[in-house]
Amino acid sequence: MTRPSFPARAAAFGTALLSLSALAACASAPTPGTGSAAPAADASTYTWWDPYPQHDASSAWAKRVDTCGKQAGVTIKRTAYDTTALTNQALLAGQEGNAPDVILLDNPAVSTLADAGMLATMDDFGLDTARFDKNLIAAGELDGKTYGIPIGANTLALYYNKKILDAAGVDPASIKDWATLGAALKKVKAAGKKPITFAAIGTEEGSFQFLPWFWGAGAKLTELDSPQAAEALSLWNSWVKDGLAPNSVLSNSQNTTWEEFLTGEFGFAENGTWQIDSAAKAGFPTGIVQIPAKDGGGAPTPTGGEFITVPVQKDTKRYTATKKIVECMTTPEGLVETGTTFAYYIPSTAEGQQAILAKEPSLKPWVEAVRSAKGRTSDNLGTKYPKISEALWTAVQKALSGSAAPADALKDAQAKAKQAVGG
Amino acid sequence: MAFTRTDAVATTGRPAAKVSPAPGRRRSGRWTALAFLAPLVVYLLVFYAYPLYRNVELSVHDYTPRAFVQGDPEFTGLANYRAVLSDDAFLAALRNTALFTLVSIAFQYALGLALAVFFQRGFRLSAVLRAMFLVPWLLPLIVSASTWSWMLNSDNGIVNAFLRAFGIGQINWLTSPGTALLSVTVANIWLGVPFNLVILYAGLQNIPASLYEAAGLDGANAWQRFWRITFPLLRPVSAITLLLGLIYTLKVVDIIWIMTRGGPADASTTLAIWSYREAFGTGQPDFSPAAAVGNLLILIAFAAGLLHVRMQRKEGIS
Repeated sequence: MTRPSFPARAAAFGTALLSLSALAACASAPTPGTGSAAPAADASTYTWWDPYPQHDASSAWAKRVDTCGKQAGVTIKRTAYDTTALTNQALLAGQEGNAPDVILLDNPAVSTLADAGMLATMDDFGLDTARFDKNLIAAGELDGKTYGIPIGANTLALYYNKKILDAAGVDPASIKDWATLGAALKKVKAAGKKPITFAAIGTEEGSFQFLPWFWGAGAKLTELDSPQAAEALSLWNSWVKDGLAPNSVLSNSQNTTWEEFLTGEFGFAENGTWQIDSAAKAGFPTGIVQIPAKDGGGAPTPTGGEFITVPVQKDTKRYTATKKIVECMTTPEGLVETGTTFAYYIPSTAEGQQAILAKEPSLKPWVEAVRSAKGRTSDNLGTKYPKISEALWTAVQKALSGSAAPADALKDAQAKAKQAVGG
Repeated sequence: MAFTRTDAVATTGRPAAKVSPAPGRRRSGRWTALAFLAPLVVYLLVFYAYPLYRNVELSVHDYTPRAFVQGDPEFTGLANYRAVLSDDAFLAALRNTALFTLVSIAFQYALGLALAVFFQRGFRLSAVLRAMFLVPWLLPLIVSASTWSWMLNSDNGIVNAFLRAFGIGQINWLTSPGTALLSVTVANIWLGVPFNLVILYAGLQNIPASLYEAAGLDGANAWQRFWRITFPLLRPVSAITLLLGLIYTLKVVDIIWIMTRGGPADASTTLAIWSYREAFGTGQPDFSPAAAVGNLLILIAFAAGLLHVRMQRKEGIS
């Protein structure tokens, strides 16, 4: 075999190297100013982005969006992205100056985009935000201005498998605080079933699931290394160590957790409003209890759900129809309709909540949970939240995998969060 | 570039001048050559040089989401690099990258070479078997990585079920800091063997059979034939296989991300995972540190490449 000449070898090496650098570059940022996905210049076509790719063009949700467009006298062109991809796409569109007319944003992303100067405030439209629940709309507020309206809210609770609890002699109503929950879990274990499952994955979902316990112990996101925070993490840690929760919680997403619960092997699962339908169809009777706070009462749970936001447009004439679309999505009837379309989303106003309860009385515990829920970016954390959350889920992973004691893991997390948010 | 395609077409029709060409014509010949090069140069500039430039530009500014949208990032010089290099996670990530990459390519190469030599004998069904070894290469990564993570699941995985049958207790493959990196490395080795097999097998076809015959006449056994003929003659192919393997493995994100997300607690975080997580793994994209980590990776690959070229050159001279 003849050896390739030196230039040929150098060229092969160069090509290989360039392919690496091209990858690194495209992993970091797109080229500015080459945007081709500009919104239709057509004055009667409005662009709409949402994070619901599971609802295709023929779904009830897509039809609902269309109807709101028709009522505003325009055609809506809807594009659905994955939740994380949506934030990145929105930032890109903002950079290129061709943001869509309406974006439904996951609530922690609202402050990120608002801080980037991409979103119009609800005041600009003369939209009244006072009728929305304070705890829910808080995630859309930044420095006293409101940048979006929650089209509904969901949150977490503990689903239980009634069959297992009955067999183990556990009365769900007895679960009032951590001690009674712990006793219930031990009874389930003694009865030979798996007590509880949750998601402690190293992503935002992990933080989302940990927050009810974190807040329920009285800890604050501004102080990750408080003794209360350590208590919450020790609680989860002891569950995994004592075999009350499976080790796979470390890699479980909320969906995987739910699949585990549906096998009928688990007594409890921490999961959200969006599983109501699935729980009703499970092969065993289910119920929910609110996640207890350490010393009794319901723990504040984090709110989930999307905000309707309006990116700033160069052509301000477009706002007239946009306002009508936003109104259509946020009237009490609109909120109830969204709630039932999504099976289930709890409306974000008191009036809407009463209306949905009249239709579906069984949602009462969820409405209560949503009322006592707390936005993750609230307390004016805003854009600091994603950094704090990353530190928090890392601490959870460290503790549960046994690579650090809960208190030490949280100490590191606090240092990391402090460094990341610059103070 | 100032010239266009029509220039090139207009000038190429002329036959090459036999006598020494007039100065004007020589110049137009050079323009023609440049015109032919232009599409390639433009392509390289747009798709390779610009992204590389952009990556460096991102890494020396502070691109917060706000600055990204407004286009007014603050110039911070090497601050991002300093922050990355002084981060506690850096040494751990560097160590993980080195372990993941070196162990991966060592095993991929050894297994690939063993299989290539094995298949070279061309027994019955060898083509079918060889094709089956390509399966890992053909599967979409999301499929193979998800399958691996199910197999290695702590509570319900088939691997632990198998071990349990032999009385071995539960091993938390993906969720314990001691085994997470090992698990993703094993999966990555499985993925990389076909690539090594194919290239090395092709290299083997280029070794003249007469050499083996001659060695056979001289009484060389199989072991000697491998070490005295196959291995030395395969060196250039081996070198390029290892270099490509190194570069591919350095930038692996998908398989680790799907299996462990770099966890638990950074136990399987390589530099590539770190870069990806900064940019896309959290609620708030942080492009500047991500680009800085990415550029460090490029430097590592570049150094390895230079070493390769240098070694080849030395060999060429001797």
